[in-house]
Amino acid sequence: MSDTAKTYKIGQHPDLPPPRTEVGVLGWFKHKLFSTPLNIALTLLAAWFLWSVIPPLFEWIVLDSVWTAESRKECWGKMEVPEGGACWAFIKDRLELFIYGFYPAPQRWRVNLSFVLLIMAIVPVLYDKMLARKFGLWYSVAFPFIAGWLLVGGFGLTPVETDQFGGIMLTLIIGVTGISFSLPIGVLLALGRRSKMPVLRIVCVMFIEFIRGVPLIALLFIASTMLNYFLPPGTVFDLLLRVLIMVTLFSSAYIAEVVRGGLQAIPNGQFEAADSLGLTYVKAHLLIILPQALKISIPGIVNTFIGLFKDTTLVLIIGMLDPLGIGRASLADAVWAGLAREVYLFIALFFFICCFSMSRYSLYLERKLHTGH
Amino acid sequence: MPTIATDGIAEDKIRHPTKKLTISEEVAIEMVAVHKWYGEFHVLKDINLTVNAGERIVICGPSGSGKSTLIRCINRLEEHQKGKIVVDGVELTSNLKNVEIIRSEVGIVFQQFNLFPHLTVLENCSLAPIWVRKMRKAEAEEIAMKYLERVRIPEQAAKYPGQLSGGQQQRVAIARSLCMNPRIMLFDEPTSALDPEMIKEVLDVMVELAESGMTMLCVTHEMGFATAVANRVIFMDFGEIIEQNEPHNFFNNPQSERTKLFLSQILHH
Repeated sequence: MSDTAKTYKIGQHPDLPPPRTEVGVLGWFKHKLFSTPLNIALTLLAAWFLWSVIPPLFEWIVLDSVWTAESRKECWGKMEVPEGGACWAFIKDRLELFIYGFYPAPQRWRVNLSFVLLIMAIVPVLYDKMLARKFGLWYSVAFPFIAGWLLVGGFGLTPVETDQFGGIMLTLIIGVTGISFSLPIGVLLALGRRSKMPVLRIVCVMFIEFIRGVPLIALLFIASTMLNYFLPPGTVFDLLLRVLIMVTLFSSAYIAEVVRGGLQAIPNGQFEAADSLGLTYVKAHLLIILPQALKISIPGIVNTFIGLFKDTTLVLIIGMLDPLGIGRASLADAVWAGLAREVYLFIALFFFICCFSMSRYSLYLERKLHTGH
Repeated sequence: MPTIATDGIAEDKIRHPTKKLTISEEVAIEMVAVHKWYGEFHVLKDINLTVNAGERIVICGPSGSGKSTLIRCINRLEEHQKGKIVVDGVELTSNLKNVEIIRSEVGIVFQQFNLFPHLTVLENCSLAPIWVRKMRKAEAEEIAMKYLERVRIPEQAAKYPGQLSGGQQQRVAIARSLCMNPRIMLFDEPTSALDPEMIKEVLDVMVELAESGMTMLCVTHEMGFATAVANRVIFMDFGEIIEQNEPHNFFNNPQSERTKLFLSQILHH
């Protein structure tokens, strides 16, 4: 009591503000950037690294780049230093190919329409505060069939062979189909693997372990070559459809294990509480167990989805022209050959935007669903 | 009142019932020669117990004595392997229909509360009436609010369980069970996970519940509660019912040596 200027009665000490150097901008700099000699050294090193990498890259990509040209020669001719900037004219020239593949030009409005419909189908799934979300969700369920009809044709629309699909459109078809079907299948597999019924459990375990034990490329080759042996002779089975099935099954096995991890983390008391209230197995899982298990599994699920989305480039190997395939084909063109950096950077950017959005959305979802304190 | 059972602390902690507690002739639970094993371990041995409607029974005993298992058998959270359990005239068999009927008639409150953390307090309470009793949402929420008021936390209805104290969570858990309008309530050490300051608020709610004539089976070591509301205390050990008596005689005149030892340990520590 003697070394403090004021004394307070018990419980009467007022709330004082923290010292000025500990909070705000000043506090942040002090604690995060310059707290120790090692920290100071690392801060300076990182700043020097960023300074030496970003400006040249920015110059190459933006400042010195050329956006209109008819060929590589013209492109480089327009630069102060040949190859000193990016030649985005090439990407511009091939943009339609990158987006639609070889989808017939007069029919491309169908792809555009499908894309708009896709966005409309995604919104009600991702945001629960939407008006009339129930109807939106029914539409989302119907969307794959609407889009399938729009893209493949028939029933009044000019049929388009699926081997003409390509580019970003192909990536989105495989990615979106894989993602939206593998989650429910994966959840069922996870529940099956935890089931008390031995036969069901063994079937699920075998399926999961087989799929996880085989590389996706092998599965894709199986899809492109072997599947016909297992089907009745004369069955025509579209290659794209086979790829869609294989990619979906592949990713559902991974989702199953991720979700099983989430289920494992739910305390037994939750199952008991649900049971003791008289909820049936299905209701207990839909209302109590899965909402919690899936919430825990979000990082793993999104991780699997991102992996799946990037793995769609593997269809290149069985001769389908995804953006990477289109890029390689374009580079074979003598007029433009030599612009590999631009092509791969463009493709990388496309995948990065898609995957980064998924990652951000998952963070948003985790924050939104956080209810503990 | 017996001096040994209400050793000061228990006396001021427990509110004694103001109403006269009656017991009906009707049988609520009947257990005949019930046995249960966990693998090779014989956890319940020849349990015979008849509970009348309106009875309030406290079950005590050392840990591992089978007392939790006993009450969890009553709503089939644990399956007995031999003997017969009849709850409210319905026999517990592997028939899932019977199990569902009994579970919707028997409420249970757990030591760890087991509230659903992803749902608000109100949703926790109205979920089972909506999905099991097929009630309309508005009606279920009205009932939920009624019971939340009864356990004195209606103002917390919109919060999530993670935002409440242990005592509040346990009261929500009691309200959640009551929303199903059960005829029998089971309590599995409802105050064991609580801070000392919160035990009273939960016990008060339980005393009120006893006054309302609810049939209650309560595993607890709150001997003050036992003397205040129980009409029978059961002592278990080694998976057997060692002794049962009305509270006064149970505490002041225990018959077996095992019971005396147990009482001396929990009452004079």
